[in-house]
Amino acid sequence: MTMPDPELLRLGAYLLGFIGFIAFNAAYLVWLERKEAGHIQRRIGPKEVGPYGLFQPVADGLKLMSKQLLVPEGADRFLFRVAPVLVMTPAVMSFVTIPYSDSLAARNLDLGLLAVFAFASVNVLGLLLGAWGSRNKYAVISAARVVSQNVAYEIPMLVVVVTVVMITGTLNLHEVAAAQAGGFWHWNVLRLSASPLMPVAFLIFFTCMLAETNRAPFDMAEAESELIAGAFTEYPGMGFGVFFMGEYANIVVGASLATVLFLGGWGCPFGLFPGLHWFLIKLYAIIFTVIWIRWTFPRTTFYGLLNLSWQVLIPLSFANLILTSALLKVW
Amino acid sequence: MNAYFRDIALGLWSLLAGMAITIRYFFQPVVTLQYPHEAVPMTPRYRGHIDLVFDERTGTNKCIVCNACQKACPSGCISLDGEKREGQKQKSLTRYELDFTKCSLCGLCVEACPTEALMFSKDYNLAAFDENDCRFDLIKRLEERP
Ligand code: SF4
Ligand code: SF4
Repeated sequence: MTMPDPELLRLGAYLLGFIGFIAFNAAYLVWLERKEAGHIQRRIGPKEVGPYGLFQPVADGLKLMSKQLLVPEGADRFLFRVAPVLVMTPAVMSFVTIPYSDSLAARNLDLGLLAVFAFASVNVLGLLLGAWGSRNKYAVISAARVVSQNVAYEIPMLVVVVTVVMITGTLNLHEVAAAQAGGFWHWNVLRLSASPLMPVAFLIFFTCMLAETNRAPFDMAEAESELIAGAFTEYPGMGFGVFFMGEYANIVVGASLATVLFLGGWGCPFGLFPGLHWFLIKLYAIIFTVIWIRWTFPRTTFYGLLNLSWQVLIPLSFANLILTSALLKVW
Repeated sequence: MNAYFRDIALGLWSLLAGMAITIRYFFQPVVTLQYPHEAVPMTPRYRGHIDLVFDERTGTNKCIVCNACQKACPSGCISLDGEKREGQKQKSLTRYELDFTKCSLCGLCVEACPTEALMFSKDYNLAAFDENDCRFDLIKRLEERP
């Protein structure tokens, strides 16, 4: 008996493990969102389907799947069909490089960080194509807003990430996380010796992550009160569902990146027992905060959104970059 | 330049203040009433639809069939009948119907009644699929009432 190719095994494990993880997250983050929103407003949230409403995502999924998949008349059928996949796939691909613990990662790529950002930009393309393909001018307008928002926030995010890369000297996510091992004072968010602006850099990264994943208060892609459902106005049933899952998967990717880049990955805050559980705790703490922010702040205006990026985030991130490089040169 | 940084700091501070408020709410107990499973304690002066008052002395209603309530009702939802029975000074009520589809809960009938034979009930689960379910026979309701 010959052993199957280890590469194939790895691929199988990735597909099963990570896609399961993503599907679980996409479904249960919706539940978490509704529960958290409920409690912030002192309501209960979903409760009827299953204990604590835990089967609600299953019920929602069944409902979405039972709906007819309409394609609007005159729409570009191919683009219309392909767009949700284009939003979902890059999120799934991004998980390839994210190290969940010292030994748990689908692939230890040397250019992992670059790969994640390369995949992330496809997401916008998906939204734009979806809106364009559905032949609806409102969808196209809101897709244009999404694109300009994503372009605006990609810049400070990348600049901040470049700072982190300069500090750790690698693009390999595993090494970035490993370099922060030890207590929380080793984490990049508190690496004050590298740059006193690191906490600000983390805030910038976090803000950009919110904007990149189209979360409130930057949820221009789905400004339901102004634009019906924004870029995916025309999508019925599971087409919309896949967009939605893609959004949540993107949040998980963003939170994972924040964990790896700034919060020490799988490291314990006190240097004890590092491992997967710490990664998950940090991941879900960030996701909790993301939801918490959504239910605290109203949506910004579009000018407010762009002004924040171009007037505040970009100058500050560049200041941080220059300061870091200067300090790295000095010491 | 100073105003620029002050704006950022103030903005950040106000965002944090907002988040502090919402997280406080998050940990406070929920106030939702689980309606079909739980009910609000009824206030004594709640005005539901009208009902006949039960008279402990006579063991029946207090109505003298004077028709004042019917006349007072602006919506015309009351219709009643009475008959004079053997050995009685007053008429007694044989039929009292309230058409709740039209009632505006104004309470004029209760005020008009000279014998205080009408009162407000405390029923509020009154949604119905059929119009006829909203035509109440108040005498029957009085008999069935505990
Ligand atoms: S409450 Fe008003 S509308 Fe209703 S039956 Fe009495 S008088 Fe008529
Ligand atoms: S006003 Fe009072 S006593 Fe007169 S008919 Fe109506 S319920 Fe009876």
